[in-house]
Amino acid sequence: MKWYIIKRLLQIIPVILGVTIIAFSLIHLAPGDPARTMLGQHATQQELDAIRAKYGLDKPLYEQYFIWLGNVLHGDLGRSILSHEQVTTEIAARFPNTIELAIAAMIFAVIIGVVAGIISATRQYSAADYTVMGIALFGISMPVFWLGIMLMMIFGVYLRWLPIGGRIDLLIPFHHITGFMVIDSIIALNGPALVSVLQHLILPAVALGTIPMAIIARTTRSSMLEVLRQDFIRTERAKGLSERRVIYKHAIRNALVPVVTVIGLNFGLLLSGAILTETVFSWPGVGRLVVDSVYSRDYPLVIGCILVFALVFVFVNLITDLLYTYIDPRIHYD
Amino acid sequence: MGRDSSVNMKASAIAIMLCAMFVIVSFSGCVQNNPTAQKVLIFACSSDVDKLDPADVTDQESTARTDSMFEGLVEYESGGTNIQPCLATDWTVSSDGKNITFNLRHGVKFHDGTDFNASAVVFSFERQFNTSNPYNQYGEWAYWGYMFSDIQSVEKLNDFQVKIVLSRSNAAIMTSLAMFTVSIVSPTNAAKYGRDAFSHPCGTGPFKFVEWVKDDHITVDANPNYWRGAPKLDRIIYRVIKDPSARLLAIQNGEVQGMEFPDPASFTQINADSNLKLLTQPGMNIGYLAMNNGWGYNDTNKNGMRDPSEPWVKTPGYFAPFTNRSVRQAVNYAINKSAIVKNLYKGTAIVAKNGMPPFMLGYNDAIVDYPYDPVRARELLTEAGYPHGFNTTLWVMPVSRPYMFDPTKIGEAIQSYLADVNINVQIYQIDWATYLAKTQAGEHPMCLLGWTGDNGDPDNFMNVLYGENQCTIGTAGNVAFYNNTQVQDLLTLALQTYDTTQRANLYKDAQVIIHQDAPFVYLAHANQNLVFRTNVNGFVLNPTARYFFYPVTMT
Repeated sequence: MKWYIIKRLLQIIPVILGVTIIAFSLIHLAPGDPARTMLGQHATQQELDAIRAKYGLDKPLYEQYFIWLGNVLHGDLGRSILSHEQVTTEIAARFPNTIELAIAAMIFAVIIGVVAGIISATRQYSAADYTVMGIALFGISMPVFWLGIMLMMIFGVYLRWLPIGGRIDLLIPFHHITGFMVIDSIIALNGPALVSVLQHLILPAVALGTIPMAIIARTTRSSMLEVLRQDFIRTERAKGLSERRVIYKHAIRNALVPVVTVIGLNFGLLLSGAILTETVFSWPGVGRLVVDSVYSRDYPLVIGCILVFALVFVFVNLITDLLYTYIDPRIHYD
Repeated sequence: MGRDSSVNMKASAIAIMLCAMFVIVSFSGCVQNNPTAQKVLIFACSSDVDKLDPADVTDQESTARTDSMFEGLVEYESGGTNIQPCLATDWTVSSDGKNITFNLRHGVKFHDGTDFNASAVVFSFERQFNTSNPYNQYGEWAYWGYMFSDIQSVEKLNDFQVKIVLSRSNAAIMTSLAMFTVSIVSPTNAAKYGRDAFSHPCGTGPFKFVEWVKDDHITVDANPNYWRGAPKLDRIIYRVIKDPSARLLAIQNGEVQGMEFPDPASFTQINADSNLKLLTQPGMNIGYLAMNNGWGYNDTNKNGMRDPSEPWVKTPGYFAPFTNRSVRQAVNYAINKSAIVKNLYKGTAIVAKNGMPPFMLGYNDAIVDYPYDPVRARELLTEAGYPHGFNTTLWVMPVSRPYMFDPTKIGEAIQSYLADVNINVQIYQIDWATYLAKTQAGEHPMCLLGWTGDNGDPDNFMNVLYGENQCTIGTAGNVAFYNNTQVQDLLTLALQTYDTTQRANLYKDAQVIIHQDAPFVYLAHANQNLVFRTNVNGFVLNPTARYFFYPVTMT
C-alpha cells in the first residue's frame, strides 16, 4: 500500500508537467494578450511594448515556460498581471470557498442520490422507481443557471427562507482564520455567523449538487440492480436474513464501488466546474477566477489555477482509488 | 437482529440531526434585512475591482469603488463635468498656459493620520511618470501616458503650494485633473505597504478602507475627520453580484440597497416596484458602426502622430466600396437608428447624430442627421457604381458594453436593414480581447464598437476616435481609419485653444466635415442607470459614471 501511494504520488510529476505545458501553449496560442487588456482601447504601441517587456511576454514561449517552472520550483507562482497580487494569495482567497461549496454539494448529492438509487432499485418498475428516475432525468438535464435562479426565486424571494447569494450576511461581524467559513465560525464560537454561513450554503449546494445527485442516483440504481441479481444475495435470502439486512449490510457495500468512482470523478468536476453556480449565487470561488483570468489573458493566474486544479484532480482520484480497498477488501494494490 | 437495530438507530440519528439542522438553519432568523442601529448601505456591484489604487486602474468597476476613498486637487461639480476646487483651494494659470500653480487646502489629513501637503501631491504624480521614483515600478499607470503625458514636472513651491509644468499648452488638462488617476495618495502608506499598497488604499476621502474580501465585498467606513464633515452613512459595503438578475433579486429582497447595471429588460419591473427607484441619465458614451476607410499608418517612431516618414498603407481589411463616400452615406441612410434605440437599447438611450455626447462642449446640434431612407440609399449606391449592391462582413462585438447593450441583436438588425438595399452582410464574431486587437489593426471591413469618455472633455472623444493620428495600424483609436488632415488640424488646434467659445467652434467645424464624409454610423448614446431602494436618498449620477456617496442618506 505504501509503495502504491508513493508510486502514485510520483506519477503526479509527469501529469503536472504535461498539463502545464499544454495549458501554457494553449493560452499563449489564443490571440490577444494581457498588455492590451490592461491598457484598454487607447493603448499606444510604445506602452504595449513596455508592458510586454516588463512581464517577459516578449521572450520566446519555451523560455517563458522555463522561467515560470524555475519559479514554481522555488515555490513562487508569480503575481497576477492584472491585479499585481500573488497568484497564491489570489487562489488561497477563493479556494476554501470552492471546497466548502463542493463538499456541501457532494453531501447533498450523495445522501439524496444513494437513497434515491436504492429506493428505485429495490422497488424496480414501481411508481416510486419511475418517480425517482424521472426526477433524476430532470435533474441531469436541468441547466444549473436556470435551476439556481428558480431556487433563488422560490426560497429567497417568495418564501424568504434563505438568502439568495453571497457567503454570509455582511452585517454580521466575521473574521477569517482558515478561510473555510464554516470552520472559522465554529472556531470563533460565532453562532450567528455559523447559522448565516450555513444558510448561504444551502441553495448553491443544491443547485450545484443536482447533476451529480442525478448521476449518483442512476449509477446506484443500476449497480444495485446488478448486485441484487447475484448468487450471494440469493444465498443470503435463502439463509433467512431479513430483506433489510440483505440490502443495507451486503448489497450496498458491493454496489458502492462504481458509485465511489462516480463520486470521485464528479468531485473533481465540482471543484473546477462550479463556474455557473458561482456566478448565479455570487460565490467568490476559484471557478470564476479562472474564467475571468482567461478572458483577461492573465497568464500567471491561469496557469496557477490550472496547476491547482490538476493537483486536486489527481489527489481526489488517488483518494477514490484508496477508498476501494476499504469498501471492497478484495481489492489490493501491493 | 441486535446489529441491525444499532445500524438503524445510527442511521435514524443522523437523519434526525440533518433534518434538525436544516430546519434550524432554514428558519432561525430567516433573512436579515435592513440594518437599524447603523446606517449601512450595501451596494451590489457587477464585478470585483482589479486594484484599489486609483492611478493604476482603467476599469469603471475599480474607479467607482476608489471614488469614496480618494480625492484630487480638483473635482467635478455634482452631476456634471465642470470642475471645482477640492484638495486645491484655488489655482492660477500662466499666460502661455504651460504653468499651473495650485494653493492647497490646510488641515486635511489622510486616513492614516498623516498630513496632506505639497509633498504628497508631488509623490502622487511623480510615482506615475518619474522612472527613478522607487514606486514607479509597481504600476502600469495606463492613463498617464494617454492623458497626462503633457505634464513635464510637478514641483513643490512650499508646503501648501505646487506648480504643474506642461510641455505644451493643453486646454483639456484641468478637466483631466479631476480624474481618478491623479487622486492624492498617502506617501507614508505607500512606504508602509510598498508594492502591495494597491490593496491597502489610503486617501483623504469621505470614507476609509476597512477590508477587501476578493470577489466578495469591499467595506469602507465613514471618515469622521473628513474635511467637509463626516458623511451621513456609517458604512458602505460594495458586494459583488455578477449576474444582473441576481442583483435585481437581491435589491427587491432588501439584501442590498443599491445596484449598478440593471438589465434594461427589467425596467418595467423596477418601475412597478414601489420599494425601488431607477436613476437614469444620458451617459458619456457613443456606440457606432465603423466602416473601414481603407488607409492607416505604422507608427514606427511610436510618437502617436503620423510623421512624413510614415506613409499611408492599406489596412488589412481594405474594402473598396467603403473608400467611396457615397457608399458610406448610403449605409447611413439605410439603417433605422430610432428603431434600434427603441427596441434593442430598450429605450434607455438616445439616437446619436454626432460622435460625442450632446451635453458636451462643442457638440454641433445644427447638424441634421441622415434620415432612415432606403430609397435614397439605393440611389447613392447606384451613383457610386454598385447598383446591385455588394457582399461584405460586419464584425460584431462578443460582449455588451455600456454603449452597446446587445451587440449581437444590433448586428442582426443592421444586417437586415442593409439587406434591404442589397448589401449582403455576413456577421463575424470572435472573443473580446482578440476583437479589440484585430479591429485596432484594421482587419475588419465594418465593425461595431464604441467609447466611454474618461474626463468629460470633447478632446477625449474627437481626437481619440476621429483624428487621423489615431489611424495607427495595430493600436488605432479611429477604427474607421478615417484620415482627414483638415479634421486632424482642427482637433489639434482645439486642444491648444483655452477660450471655450473658440474651442467649441473648432469642434463644431470638425463635426460638419465628419458628418459629410460619413465614416461612421453613429448609433446611440446609452444612458447610465442605477437602482436604489426608496429609503436611499441624495445620490447624484455623474456623466463620468463615477460614484460619489458622500451626500447620500438613508432613512
